[in-house]
Amino acid sequence: MSLSKDEVDRIARLARLAVRPDESAAVIERLNRVLGMIETMRAVDTRGVEPMAHALDVVQRLRPDAVTEADQHAALQAVAPAVERDLYLVPKVIE
Amino acid sequence: MLNATVAELSSALAARRVSSVELAHLFLDRIERLNASLNAFITVDRAHTLEDARRADARRARQDARPLDGIPIAHKDIYCTAGLRTTCGSRMLENFVSPYDAHVIERLSTAGAVMLGKTNMDEFAMGSSNETSYFGPVRNPWDTARVPGGSSGGSAAAVAARMAPAATGTDTGGSIRQPAALTGTCGLKPTYGLVSRYGMIAFASSFDQGGPIARTAQDLALLLNAMAGFDARDSTSIERAPEDYARALDIDLKDLRIGVPEEFFGDGLDADVRARVEEALRWFGAEGARTVPVRLPNAGLALPVYYVLAPAEASSNLSRYDGVRYGHRAQDYADLLDMYLRSRTEGFGEEVKRRILVGTYVLSHGYYDAYYLQAQKLRRLIAQDFVAAYRDCDVIVGPTTPTTAFALDSKMDDPVQMYLNDIYTIPAPLAGLPALSIPCGFDRQGLPVGLQLTGNHFSEARLLGIAHRYQQASDWHLRMPAETPL
Amino acid sequence: MLPVLNAAAVELAVRFGLAVGATINRRSIFARKNYFYPDLPKGYQISQYELPIVQGGTVAVALPEGEKRIALTRAHLEEDAGKSLHEDFHGMSGIDLNRAGTALLEIVSEPDLRGAKEAVAYARALHALVVWIGVCDGNMQEGSFRCDANVSVRRAGDSAYGTRCEIKNLNSFRFMERAIEFEARRQIGILEDGGRIEQETRLYDPDRDETRSMRSKEEAHDYRYFPDPDLLPLVVGEQDIARIGAEMPELPGVRLQRLTETFALPAATAAILTSSRQLADYFESAIANADLETVRQTANWIAGNTSAKLNALGIGIEDCPVGPAQLRGLIDRLADGTLSAKLAKEVDDAMWAGEGSADAIIEKRGLQQISDLGALEKAVDEVLAAHARQVEDYRAGKQKAFNSLVGQVMKATRGKANPAQVNEILRRKLD
Repeated sequence: MSLSKDEVDRIARLARLAVRPDESAAVIERLNRVLGMIETMRAVDTRGVEPMAHALDVVQRLRPDAVTEADQHAALQAVAPAVERDLYLVPKVIE
Repeated sequence: MLNATVAELSSALAARRVSSVELAHLFLDRIERLNASLNAFITVDRAHTLEDARRADARRARQDARPLDGIPIAHKDIYCTAGLRTTCGSRMLENFVSPYDAHVIERLSTAGAVMLGKTNMDEFAMGSSNETSYFGPVRNPWDTARVPGGSSGGSAAAVAARMAPAATGTDTGGSIRQPAALTGTCGLKPTYGLVSRYGMIAFASSFDQGGPIARTAQDLALLLNAMAGFDARDSTSIERAPEDYARALDIDLKDLRIGVPEEFFGDGLDADVRARVEEALRWFGAEGARTVPVRLPNAGLALPVYYVLAPAEASSNLSRYDGVRYGHRAQDYADLLDMYLRSRTEGFGEEVKRRILVGTYVLSHGYYDAYYLQAQKLRRLIAQDFVAAYRDCDVIVGPTTPTTAFALDSKMDDPVQMYLNDIYTIPAPLAGLPALSIPCGFDRQGLPVGLQLTGNHFSEARLLGIAHRYQQASDWHLRMPAETPL
Repeated sequence: MLPVLNAAAVELAVRFGLAVGATINRRSIFARKNYFYPDLPKGYQISQYELPIVQGGTVAVALPEGEKRIALTRAHLEEDAGKSLHEDFHGMSGIDLNRAGTALLEIVSEPDLRGAKEAVAYARALHALVVWIGVCDGNMQEGSFRCDANVSVRRAGDSAYGTRCEIKNLNSFRFMERAIEFEARRQIGILEDGGRIEQETRLYDPDRDETRSMRSKEEAHDYRYFPDPDLLPLVVGEQDIARIGAEMPELPGVRLQRLTETFALPAATAAILTSSRQLADYFESAIANADLETVRQTANWIAGNTSAKLNALGIGIEDCPVGPAQLRGLIDRLADGTLSAKLAKEVDDAMWAGEGSADAIIEKRGLQQISDLGALEKAVDEVLAAHARQVEDYRAGKQKAFNSLVGQVMKATRGKANPAQVNEILRRKLD
């Protein structure tokens, strides 16, 4: 199968990426090559096979209920694009 | 000294034939001389390195030397280093300075290693040629018109060109082993969970593993000793007793069962690569090992499975780069959505964006079952193939890559051709298995060929032993690239 | 940074699940819910999707028409997001990420609630329960207990639910009721005008008493859930479940029933006593080894006096200055006739003021009820002698005069006389 421009635009939007009109054709063409390669696995019969989400079959370890992180907000916010009163600033979330 | 291995440098330091500061100067000078042509390093901080080296010398002076004390090591720029910028090869993190060290950095630093700098890499570790780096491609020291492989291409090129005796890398689908093969160095991807991912910038979390790149199997063992270890901050870190991987490298090859999967010797395998690998297999046979044919019937599906699962995880992992807390934020934007779109579109390169799109697509409503879930099921089948194969053999041997190093710019227009470079390295991480690549000769153009050894879970010591025995009898790993003479 | 699961979060989730009679999934899975929002620092929220730790269960809600059991769909562990502060930062929003990544339990009910009042009653019952079993401190202002309400309307007789809107930011029960009422009216208005409801997330604004759209409508929701590769399957062991069950405090409904049946308490009194676990504990501590009459008096005292005082001060029983044993000391003096009801209140006030045990206060203030018959008879005789006119009035048939004489005796004894005894002696002497 291959993706149309509209479909690529929808996916890009979900991923918060913009596809420039002048590069759109090349982006779609290369994307479809990759999807074409991926397509080969779809035909395999996998009925009854348990999906494998992790490289090893182990279970979650739990940590004790104790504070382990010190307050590092100054160091963390030192690399932020815009900070005021210890808050990260972004364009208005709600109009 | 530039041509010495980590083991040799350790002896020299212990015998006070050289100081850590002298070594640091030696390698820093060489980096300064060669980096303009090879572009193996993104960031070098002389003062920082020399300070590390002085501390190592001071420890040695007061008889407090650690296992790797004074050994200069280069770090892939995917490991967070407090105070020294970490770019991950991306414009997105061009000016990012982490407030903390990765676990691997902490451990190597605790072991006494001296950080030489941060090596170039494919952007967010997505690539097999190091050409997707925002900081420009790395060149292969064996032929600077060719790529060093990727994504740990800077680390591999640095070790090959003697700019560093050893380096760290990360491997998701072959990012340590493939560049090691293409640069005539040794690279080990450990069992998933052996090396903590804390502070290692995530690409595909269920595959990512840190590991060493060095010139000998013995050096890999020395580095792995320092890198491996339980870390409570990574839920996938495995709690197990520490091993000394360098202790028993002289293993017995007699009756070792070497599995040779026909799937690794099919179409697309370069004739010279095949010949070198077969020569290596014959050597093992002469040493008393038995080669047994094994089957990995689903190995052919590894590439599409990987290119569903890894981009899916990546699309989610890379959502954190939104220009809010760190990383690139666009100059101008109309509103929140526009800020996201511009920051991410400007901050990421083409290959990264492609993989985010693929990953977003395969997870999206209506496609999840057909792509993502199907790929997870096939991952299970591939892992089961290995389980079955290891009933008949102790180690699986084959080529690391289908070809030797290819020319710069030769595959950038066709992502699938680029991906095909990883067909032999992808199966191991799908199953969480350890695998390493060592040099096993050269092709007719004088380019190095890599031999890949894949073992069962936590069989690193055996893999390193097999590689070590091979290197006791061969000198491929000692050859030096003609383009970067000492 | 990578996620590592806190053992206490799992323990509390299991405790909740057991308390509502739900299934505890021995194996549950963490997934990533992917969407971009500034208060979501990773661009995805770690949550449980296909396999939550708790499935099913019910919560009993007392409604005017009787008890209703609200079915729960599930309760899953997830990470909290940050907070967006919309006050003005030169036209920008400020993001506070301090609570981002903290574990929380999201409890989802089935669409069993009919109207704002029921929804609030359910939320209150749930609140009381989670505080009772100690999985939450219940503080709504600080966000320890938060509610989102999914509201839809349908025409009478319709069987299918209408399109729902999710309302966020309901940080008090009062706001919750008002927000749901507003939202229902809004939806009815749209439908009656021939419009249709857009499924969306809306924010309640208490200042304007209205809900408004939170995320732009053009955004298509596609959360792309998939198992979080950073977190492995969560496995809860049988032994742990058994231990958590064994450590579970007696649940409010069970306790209510036990208190009602064991001590024959009126339903209203028992309901007050079991409104919190601390209050019920206080009561049961105060009635240790008490006879049924003492139990009854203690129950009345706590449900009446103590509760009124706590309410007036706005504090909980855990901050009550009078401990259960101390209260019992007072009730015992009431029961054995040492104190009249009036004097008991005076002693109680003194205990609240920190003056010590009931006996010490009685002693210090000389408040014992006079039950020595001789002393009482003497007091009555003196009053009768001093108030000859009232005696005549009474004998002439005026009942009021009798009451006046009782009052005089009480006055003469400074309230320490037992009124019943005074009555009896007076009648004996006058009739």
